[in-house]
This record gives sequence, C-alpha cells and structure tokens, in this order.
Amino acid sequence: MIWNEAKECMSRDEMQNLQSKRLVKQVSYVYHNVEYYRKKMQAAGIEPGDIKGLEDLTKLPFTTKNDLRDTYPTGLFAVPRSQIVRIHASSGTTGKATVVGYTRRDIEIWSECVARVMTMADLTNEDTIQISYGYGLFTGGLGAHYGAEYIGATAVPTSTGNTKKQLAMMCDLGVTAICCTPSYLMYLTEAIEEQGLLPQLKLRRSINGAEPWTEEMRKQLEERLHIHAHDIYGLSEIMGPGVAGDCEFHKGLHVNEDHFLPEIISPETFETVDDGVTGELVFTTLTKEGIPLIRYRTKDLTSITHEKCECGRTTARLSRFKGRSDDMLIIRGVNVFPSQVEAALLEMGETTANYLMIVDRVNNLDTLEIQVEVDEKFFSDEIRELENLTRKIAHNLQQALLIQPKVTLVEPKTLQRSEGKAVRVIDKRKLV
Amino acid sequence: MLVKQISVFVENREGKMREIAGILKENKIDIKTISLADTSDYGMLRMIVSDAEKAYEVLRDAGYPSKVTELLAVRSSNYAGCLYDILDALSNSVDNIEYLYTLPDEGEPYIVFKVADPETAEALMKEKGY
Repeated sequence: MIWNEAKECMSRDEMQNLQSKRLVKQVSYVYHNVEYYRKKMQAAGIEPGDIKGLEDLTKLPFTTKNDLRDTYPTGLFAVPRSQIVRIHASSGTTGKATVVGYTRRDIEIWSECVARVMTMADLTNEDTIQISYGYGLFTGGLGAHYGAEYIGATAVPTSTGNTKKQLAMMCDLGVTAICCTPSYLMYLTEAIEEQGLLPQLKLRRSINGAEPWTEEMRKQLEERLHIHAHDIYGLSEIMGPGVAGDCEFHKGLHVNEDHFLPEIISPETFETVDDGVTGELVFTTLTKEGIPLIRYRTKDLTSITHEKCECGRTTARLSRFKGRSDDMLIIRGVNVFPSQVEAALLEMGETTANYLMIVDRVNNLDTLEIQVEVDEKFFSDEIRELENLTRKIAHNLQQALLIQPKVTLVEPKTLQRSEGKAVRVIDKRKLV
Repeated sequence: MLVKQISVFVENREGKMREIAGILKENKIDIKTISLADTSDYGMLRMIVSDAEKAYEVLRDAGYPSKVTELLAVRSSNYAGCLYDILDALSNSVDNIEYLYTLPDEGEPYIVFKVADPETAEALMKEKGY
C-alpha cells in the first residue's frame, strides 16, 4: 500500500518541477518573514529573485545548529507566536536546547509524512500501534502518535519506561505494531523471551529510529519477534520522525521529497556529491511555516539514490546512516555533545574539566559512564563528601544532557590523551 | 593527642596499592597503621606514617590526590568496656565521628578519630583524664 500515490510515485520531472516551485516560494517566504535569514542572504548578495528553481539551490548559504543557537529560542520562527501550536526541542551543542515551532499546517504535514512511513510498514487503520518513544519535548512520541492517528490506527501512547506495563498493554490489547528506538525494542525482546510472552503477542511490525542501528540488528529483531522491522528517520530541526522511512524492500529510506529537499554534500568542500557517494545530508524544507530552514546541515553521513524503487515509489532514497560528521552522540535516542559535559563541569568548578565519556550497550540499552578527574583542591578524605560530589556532578550532567549518566571519579591525569588531543569519548557500542 | 594522617584517593584498579606502597618504600616512609575504605569505584586509603608531610609530597608528585588531616588519638586500655568509656567521654565533646581505626603503639594501642574540630576535642578529652 502507498499512502499518497500522487506524491510518492510522481515522475522525477514532475517532482523536480514541484520542488522548484516550492523552493522559490519557501525562499521568498523565509526572506520576508525571518530577519536572520534576510540578513544572511543579503550578506551573501542574494535576493529571492535570484532563486528561480532547483538549479539555484547551491547559491543559498547553509544553515547549521549554530544558527539555531545564535537565534535561541525562536529567532528563526517565521510566524508570530499566535500561529504556533506546538513546541519541541532537542539538545544543542553547548547546553542550550534547539527549539522548534509548528503551525497547525506543519503538524498536519508532519502527520501526513509519518502516515506515509507507517503505510510503507504495511500499517493501516486495522492496526493497534504502541508508541514507546518518549512523549515530551522530544519529537519521537508525539510525532509517531499523530501519524498513527492520521492513518486511523489505534494509538497506544505508552511512552518509554515501565517495561512491565509496556508488555501488559502489548499482550492484552493485541498490539500489532510498535514504534520505539531499536535498542529499546531489543530490550523489550529480551523481556518478552524471558517471560515466554511471544505466543501471546500479535505483533507483526515495528518502526524503529531516533538512533543509528544496523542491518544485523534488524534481522535479529525480525527473527526473534517474528516481525518485519522498518527504519524511520527524522530530526526535529526539519520536522521530527517521518522525514524518511523504508518500505518492505529495505533498500534505503524514502525521503518525503515534496516537503523536504535532500542534498548530499562533501563536508570538506561543501560541493554536491554524486548519487551513491557518501557525504553529509542537507535538507531544505519546502512547505514549512513555523521554522523553515534553508540548506540545513544535518551532520548525518549517508548517500542518496534517485532510482525508482521496487515498491513503485519514485522518491529519493537514503542509504543506511554511516555516522556523523561532528562529535554528536545519540544515546538512548537523545543527542549528546561532549561539549555539553565540559560546559557543565566548568560551570560547577569543583572538578577539573577533564572527563571521559564511555558509551556502551548493556542488555541492549545504551549506558553512559562519565569519568571525571578528582581535583586536588576539592579532594576530601571523607567518602561522604566524595559521594556528595559524585551525586552533584551526576545531577548537573543530567540537567544538561537530559539522560542519567553514571559518574565515576578517577585520579587526575589518568584520562587518556593521544597526539596532544584528549580522547573524550569511547563508544563501545558495535554499530555499522 | 593529635596525629597527622595522610589520606589517598585510590582508583579501584589492579596494582594500585602495590604502586603506592612502592612509593612509600622508595622514600623510606614508615607506615604505622593503615586503613582502607572501599566503595565500588575507588578506595580511600588512610595511613599514619613516620612523616605525613613528606608522604603527601611524594604521593602528590606521583599524581595521587592526597591530603593531610589531623585526627584525635585516644589511648585505650585493655579492659572490657574501654571503647564504650572513650566514646561516652567523646560524646560530650564532639557531634559526630566520621570514622575511626586503631593505631598500634608501645603499650596499649590508640584509637584515632576523625572529628570536625580535633583540637577542641583533644582539650576536652584531656580534662576527662584521657
């Protein structure tokens, strides 16, 4: 099944025409409604009239997370607050969140995009879909929820945590599909196996995203749960989950190209690279009202193909993500930057700013340990004092990162340094 | 009386204690008594040594977070109930004892206490005949 055949299966010519028209309109909209963009375009010597179609896209300057930080919280919004019906936020690079806003129409387009991805995963109004993504500022929960309702399915908003309740809902309501991070589904799988619940389940599909995962992990989930597992991609800056998703053939993620224009660039030269070549994914929103972004650098590394898929869709497809072009980590679906840890430690001033982040996956759940060097000045011979310090560091880091780290105190100067540059992150998770 | 204690932060890793003992041996520092409190991630090594200041210097230079602290030392006697009597006397002079251990000496051992204000505690204990 295809949710919106008119859009998802249009010829490449038609799609490019539509994208051209929408790009011209979006650029003009941004220029006239967002002062920051107007100044940026003026600085680059560009007027909306210079952008006549897709061929002029590369004339436009890039947008990065820094632009969102510099205009925190709502400087890139193109509409007055009265037209914003929802806010979401994700982590920024230095502790300040990246805030995004949606108009009523944005929410509807987002729901449409998630609906398309859910339809790719063979879901219909006959399905009962458990949404085990976090509900809140994170886009995962509400994004998937609105998509599920949009296709007329029964949404079960369990959010994250409380495994016992998750499993009870899954069994008792005959849940047929689940949306959550792949690592959380792995975790649930183990619990299901331990309790021998598999025969009671009606689960047949899963839609997993918000963190990188591998083909092997997909196979494992499919075999162990007797389901088909689908990939979903998105980021709050562009919309949230549903920017792209994969169909039953699992040959890349179909981009909802009529709303989000993808480019792949070389992170070094910023030149567009050919289809099939890995580079950084860049998106321009084509229909966004709340916070339209021009050439937003996602920092995600992937490649693209414009060939027609066996499923009949003609939309461009992204290959499996190969990592990031910056140092951002995705831990339990949450974006984490090492610089946030440094900022939080420096702000406290009771330890050195030397730290080591150790990311691991234990029982299929991401864990984050942060080793912090004890500062001789704040060293106490009372364990109680050191434990208080550990707790305080853990608390401050949790406030900054939005996930709970385990804090371990270590001796000064024990944290590794290589080639003069400190090693800040050890990621033991085996991915890609 | 008051004694100087050297305390050292020790990571919970193989060979650490040996390394510290080696540093003290090299510098000819004599260990009078030793106590090791352990948590899941690290240990807190507390010692009374022949020269606490020197021990502090050499351990700090070797990269170990260390600290010299004054402790209250009270001579014990060999009879049943001695510890109770000492604690009872102490309870009027200090609010809280962080930790305690023993310090062997010629004759009966001392009991050493970490208290907030060891000097005042010492004076008060003296009045009570300790």
